[in-house]
Amino acid sequence: MNHLLSIEELDREAIERIVSQAERFAEVSDREIKKVPALRGRMVLNLFYEASTRTRSSFELAAKRLSADVVNFAASGSSVEKGESLKDTVLTLSAHKPDAIVLRTPWVGAAELVSRWCSAAIVNAGDGKHEHPTQALLDVYTLRRRLGSIDGASIWIVGDVAHSRVARSNVLAFQRMGAKVTIVGPPTLIPRGFEHLGCDVRYTLDELDSADVVYALRMQHERMSETWVPSMREYAAWYQINGRRLSPRQILMHPGPVNRGVELSGEVVDSPQAVITAQVEAGVVVRMAVLYELLAGPREPRAAVAAASAERATVGGSRA
Amino acid sequence: MSAPAPLVTGPGEPCELLLRDVRALDPRAGIDARLDVRIGGGRVLELAEPGSLEPTGEVEVIECSGRLLATPAFFDPHVHLRTPGQEHKEDLETGTRAAAAGGFCGVIAMPNTDPVLDSAPLLRSLRDAAAREARVPVGFLPAITRGLQGEQLSEMAELRTEGALGFSDDGKPVRSAGMLRKALQYQRLCGGVLALHEEDPTLSRGGSMNEGVVSAALGIAGIPTVAESTMLARDAALAGYEDARVHFQHLSCRASVAAVASAKEQGWRVSAEVSPHHLLLTEEDVRGLDTRMKMHPPLCTHDDRLALLEGLRDGTIDCVATDHAPHARDEKEVPFEQAPMGTTGLETAFAALYDGLVLPGSIELPLLLLRMTAGGELFGLAPPTLSAGEPANVALIDLDARWVAGEHGWESRSENCCFGGRALQGRVLVTVAAGALAHRDRSLAMAGSR
Repeated sequence: MNHLLSIEELDREAIERIVSQAERFAEVSDREIKKVPALRGRMVLNLFYEASTRTRSSFELAAKRLSADVVNFAASGSSVEKGESLKDTVLTLSAHKPDAIVLRTPWVGAAELVSRWCSAAIVNAGDGKHEHPTQALLDVYTLRRRLGSIDGASIWIVGDVAHSRVARSNVLAFQRMGAKVTIVGPPTLIPRGFEHLGCDVRYTLDELDSADVVYALRMQHERMSETWVPSMREYAAWYQINGRRLSPRQILMHPGPVNRGVELSGEVVDSPQAVITAQVEAGVVVRMAVLYELLAGPREPRAAVAAASAERATVGGSRA
Repeated sequence: MSAPAPLVTGPGEPCELLLRDVRALDPRAGIDARLDVRIGGGRVLELAEPGSLEPTGEVEVIECSGRLLATPAFFDPHVHLRTPGQEHKEDLETGTRAAAAGGFCGVIAMPNTDPVLDSAPLLRSLRDAAAREARVPVGFLPAITRGLQGEQLSEMAELRTEGALGFSDDGKPVRSAGMLRKALQYQRLCGGVLALHEEDPTLSRGGSMNEGVVSAALGIAGIPTVAESTMLARDAALAGYEDARVHFQHLSCRASVAAVASAKEQGWRVSAEVSPHHLLLTEEDVRGLDTRMKMHPPLCTHDDRLALLEGLRDGTIDCVATDHAPHARDEKEVPFEQAPMGTTGLETAFAALYDGLVLPGSIELPLLLLRMTAGGELFGLAPPTLSAGEPANVALIDLDARWVAGEHGWESRSENCCFGGRALQGRVLVTVAAGALAHRDRSLAMAGSR
């Protein structure tokens, strides 16, 4: 594997390899000195075009536990605010010869684009509303620890699907691991054609009982430029996961940060069914496994830098 | 005061050309035969039995051996020449050079420039510049509303006296029905076709591609086809009510074809165009997030493509228009959602359609030629023809030539062509526009001329 750009390009075997590696790293987090020298001398660059505390710190922690050097580059307060293009920023930072770039942007396909411009391994930490592959991997990891296997499990993903890269990556990852996925949300927040990803689409929580796992999505106020539901009050009345709706045998997940009182009621966040903090914990070991997968061992030769300037006729290029 | 000629002709001198034993095909004039064709003094001088015409004086002879095709050159009623203000993308010279390379003898330029073409002085200066620089004749459509803002009519009557062919707010719809109605009423005074970009911004808002299976998989906000078809139906009804003449630009979906057909059945004075990319590509071509596949309106489904093709064949759609929309490399070399809308199209239009539609049998060559030459007539211009005595607007085409689009670069200043890198069959070798030699393929000197 040269890059981690999407779940779409991973098969079940690759997902299992990463998750199993993460299970081996879990032991490191329990040591007194939480560090192994696996990636000593490697450099990981965190390039974040969107605000993110938990994903970025999770990647930073993962890299440091593997003894890699970490540089954080946030778009705000940098040359990006002076109008530098994504390509110029990436080429500039590439001059420092990072071994991996962890990239988050508000733009679909940006990670893949960047992978064509530089020789570092690219980890997609979220590209617009497209994918967030490490989130899906850590969710698979968390569920495997709880359930042993995801095969045949019924997983309901509830909420704002339209603005969620987590939904897209998780539908693909859960299905690849053998689960049956159902998407639930207000019709205005479920993109037309979403059922073609292979999941069921519903508009009510009526049969929530049948779910083994309830995965609530965050209502993304920050990504909404217009009103998609009449009010948060009405949304909560129809789609909030609360003590009345959640049964004791179900597992409750959420990618965070939680809007208490909107998609989840306070009592379920603190309930024994919730594995939300376990997900955060899984984030570090899964990201360790991803970095290890990409950077450890002999590096395969990668496409040369700036292939872009050579190929005149391919503006925008096409996917290899 | 007499209005100036609607098309501005550049500085090219009339050429002297003898096409020997060429396959002449002009379906409008009923010409389909192997002939000798003599061009000179700006006109088609003679059509005669093959081998019967001899060169005289400085004439350039092209031996066509019955293999090369001579047709009326094409006309594109929808291009963006980006002048003034965006000359880093294209200018009058490079844009018309691209047109000539594609076999076009005339183009109509859109007004979404910087500043917007919405005043007589600007139109005059553009026409002056075109007279100095244009490789093929150019007509201009100034804006319907000032600054394309949709709030106040531009001075349409004065613009007409300065040579405006018609009017368009292309790139934007005329959002308010009331505003469009005023323009349609005012057309009774000043004439000039109103060319309309149909898009309801409250439906298309924020979208970068067609709404459907692919946009759902990619997580990109989609533009529903009803954004185009509902606005088109509204404007057709307005045109019918005011008995006004409107032209619908770049149709993209089945519902819009149906709306145009229904408007024509009512007897309303409407016409429509379709682009080569909407005839040949679909939303599936967007999956790779190649920014050259990002255009307005977006590429739709296979079913929409078939409806457009059927509409072109049965005449619901009157003509082909490229919507040639050049953008600089660094503007397109960004994430898909950030990229500007548009593809270039002049240099590949005929080859892409011949290769993609005529060769597989989706459309007959004569019908394609009719649709590629009809764009000017819709704006009141005489159609190009091979008839003797008429102005020489001729494309000489090698239907067997295989090439890769963009292999030797582009005449356009920009390279954002959605067909770039495709292997195509059919290549324009020579374009004569308004009697002048506008384009001669580099290979020709070796291949056949004397």
